[in-house]
Amino acid sequence: MKRMLLGNEALALGAYMAGVTVATGYPGTPSTEILEYFANYPGVYAEWSPNEKVALEVGVGAAMAGARTMVTMKHVGLNVAADPFFAVAYTGTEAGLVVISADDPGMHSSQGEQDNRNYAKFAKVPLLEPADSQECADMMRVGLEISERFDTPVLLRTTTRVSHAQSLVEVAAEQIKRPDARLPQPFNRNPVKYVMLPSNARQRRVALEERLGRLQDYVETTPLNHISWGDRRLGIVTSSIAYVYAREVFPHASFLKIGMAHPLPRRLIAEFARQVETLVIIEELDPFLEEQIRALPGLGSRRIIGKEVFPGIGEFTPELVARCAVDHGLISADAVSPYLLADAGETQRPVGGIPARPPLLCPGCGHRGTFYILRQLLFEDQESGDGSQTSGVKRQGATASTARSPYVRGNLERRRQYGLVITGDIGCYTLGALQPLNAMDTCACMGASIGQAIGLEKGGIKNKIVAVIGDSTFFHSGITGLVDVITSGAATTTIILDNFTTAMTGGNVNPGTGKTVDGKPARRVELETLCRGLGIEDVTVIGGFDTDALEREITRAVQSPEPSVLIVREPCVLEVKSSSSMTSWVEPDKCVSCWACLVTACPALIRKDGKVAVLPDRCTDCQVCNRICPHDAILRVGRDSLKRET
Amino acid sequence: MKPLNFILTGVGGQGILLSSDILCLVGMAAGYDVKKTDVHGMAQRGGSVISHVRLAEQVFSPMVPVGAADYLLSFEKLEACRWAHYLHRDGVAVVSDEAIPTLAMEAKRPYPDDDEIAATLAARAAHVRILPAGTLATELGNPRVANVILLGALSRFVEIPSEVWLNAIAERVPSKFRELNRRAFEVGREI
Repeated sequence: MKRMLLGNEALALGAYMAGVTVATGYPGTPSTEILEYFANYPGVYAEWSPNEKVALEVGVGAAMAGARTMVTMKHVGLNVAADPFFAVAYTGTEAGLVVISADDPGMHSSQGEQDNRNYAKFAKVPLLEPADSQECADMMRVGLEISERFDTPVLLRTTTRVSHAQSLVEVAAEQIKRPDARLPQPFNRNPVKYVMLPSNARQRRVALEERLGRLQDYVETTPLNHISWGDRRLGIVTSSIAYVYAREVFPHASFLKIGMAHPLPRRLIAEFARQVETLVIIEELDPFLEEQIRALPGLGSRRIIGKEVFPGIGEFTPELVARCAVDHGLISADAVSPYLLADAGETQRPVGGIPARPPLLCPGCGHRGTFYILRQLLFEDQESGDGSQTSGVKRQGATASTARSPYVRGNLERRRQYGLVITGDIGCYTLGALQPLNAMDTCACMGASIGQAIGLEKGGIKNKIVAVIGDSTFFHSGITGLVDVITSGAATTTIILDNFTTAMTGGNVNPGTGKTVDGKPARRVELETLCRGLGIEDVTVIGGFDTDALEREITRAVQSPEPSVLIVREPCVLEVKSSSSMTSWVEPDKCVSCWACLVTACPALIRKDGKVAVLPDRCTDCQVCNRICPHDAILRVGRDSLKRET
Repeated sequence: MKPLNFILTGVGGQGILLSSDILCLVGMAAGYDVKKTDVHGMAQRGGSVISHVRLAEQVFSPMVPVGAADYLLSFEKLEACRWAHYLHRDGVAVVSDEAIPTLAMEAKRPYPDDDEIAATLAARAAHVRILPAGTLATELGNPRVANVILLGALSRFVEIPSEVWLNAIAERVPSKFRELNRRAFEVGREI
């Protein structure tokens, strides 16, 4: 029986059916669903760890204990987990350990599009690349077998279009069961292998190369890499999602499909290359295969085509691969299925003039009030026309739309007084950087807001500096930044936006939630206790909708020479739905169309007949717009009374 | 077996992914190989959502190329215009008349009026059906069945028997809503 499975669900199923009993990870698009699906299976341990480094360390421990283990993360998560990843490459484990990295070409939901295949080569571990859901399930099992046979961690790398595509997987419902779990093993004490003192590590360093030699023999014959012969004028070497696109574009060519890309099957590729006229390498992002293939001896003068034809930036699509191939004469336009080249046609250009629909903070989002107040207090070089009051940074990106609002203009005095610089972080609240809130000056990587705030101060910026970070990101890697606030003597104000969840990735538990991934109660780490325990004396907890109190606390905190933490606490509106019988309502006679409320970027507010109006179906009664309206034109009314009127 | 390419669009939170899941079940039951892809994460915070569904004897790519969609099913009319270039010239657009406004502060371009939307779609599809799915669903007693009404309207243009559609819908909705969803499908199909 075939089932339609998301790539991530197939990975979870493959892991379960291969006897994985421990899975850890940190949520991140496009990897998140793997662990969420896996946690639903009976008799397994799954955890959302505080960050990817901890997740992998827990995973290594579990695999050392003899449990088959899976660790999941997005591509940038492996940067965080790189330290244990390189370490476990030296030591190996007792039972199978597969590390899944879900890359995001095109950056649908990421700050970068790094190609994590490079990590496999860098850390000298085997690399698997599935192309569809069936391969996700199969390679999970094979990955565990390779891990155990060669005593090495295995990197399994997907991309957005593998993780977030659904395709058919052959699995009967009655087959979805796990082999009997192994009995607990006694701890295998083996310090020469597991204690990486230099004297031991030097031996493991040699063992690492010996293992790569044995893997080289394996990779030449594994069915994960296979040739399907067609027309031998074109021989295509490809992997992952690029493989399925290439199969559509070149229906008659010969293919070498790479499922295990490190170590590279050199002999197989050389043999394939010798039997084709032109060797074409089609891979998303970096020329990972190409650079190694071009360095192979014995290919002589064979024509090799790669990144000069197929771009290294961004996500591939089937039509992009087709267009590149036709434009460079690899295939004639007649030989390509006509629909793949349709984008040349007039009606296949996007319709012009469509209003953009960027992602937004939800109606009732607990972050909105904070960003609205920060927006009133931030340093804005362009609008003031005179940055000399608070020399240092030049802030760009203000648009006419916000500058036009008299309410915002009226705040110039306050801006000159406070001139905040806002370092931001990764999460839903990064949307506070978008227009019209436009209240963020930096966002780099998980936890960076706090360290950057310290650095800006130490580097000589005279403005008050506020770091804004979410609860999950703070647990992930903000805590160590806050430790440095204390020891560095910086005056940083850290705002922790605490919504008890990891919202951006779909509402995943974090150490402050008080629940495990499978919904059982767990002990909470309390942010205020943690911050005070580190040595921050000025810790305040405040709600997210009381904009007056937010302004009072933020302005107080930034003027203090002491470091402070402001915890703005509202549960995520997607997790705790509003049940209010009230809604905001604009009294048309009082609205003077200053658009001050629209600066909140609330999706429940629209312009109607030259005034603002509230969409009651969207309004959650958070009352931020009511509070900030300078003309008291937004009232709170019962939903029922509104219905009676209309 | 004629390959069929579908694009489903709308705004995050409208139930697009559930509808594309149902469409996949329809394809499977009709004997096709099926692939689907959509983007999760940031796009779902009230942003524009697009889901690709492909049915064929053997499907390689889960992505529908631009200009290759046989069907565009849109849960919101502005989003139908945004993704209309995925249709080929003989394509079919089935569109809910629901209008979800874009962010008011940044309204550099106003939300297009109905005539403009109809003209845009007519220029890019051979058949356009714009229907009041939300109103019809409310009349049936539950606004949430709007997506099944749209699937019903779509089914008229797809050569797969309606029993196959109804079975797929029954598979994906709780049993107590099956009858309601069956009626919603038929309301859509009758239009």
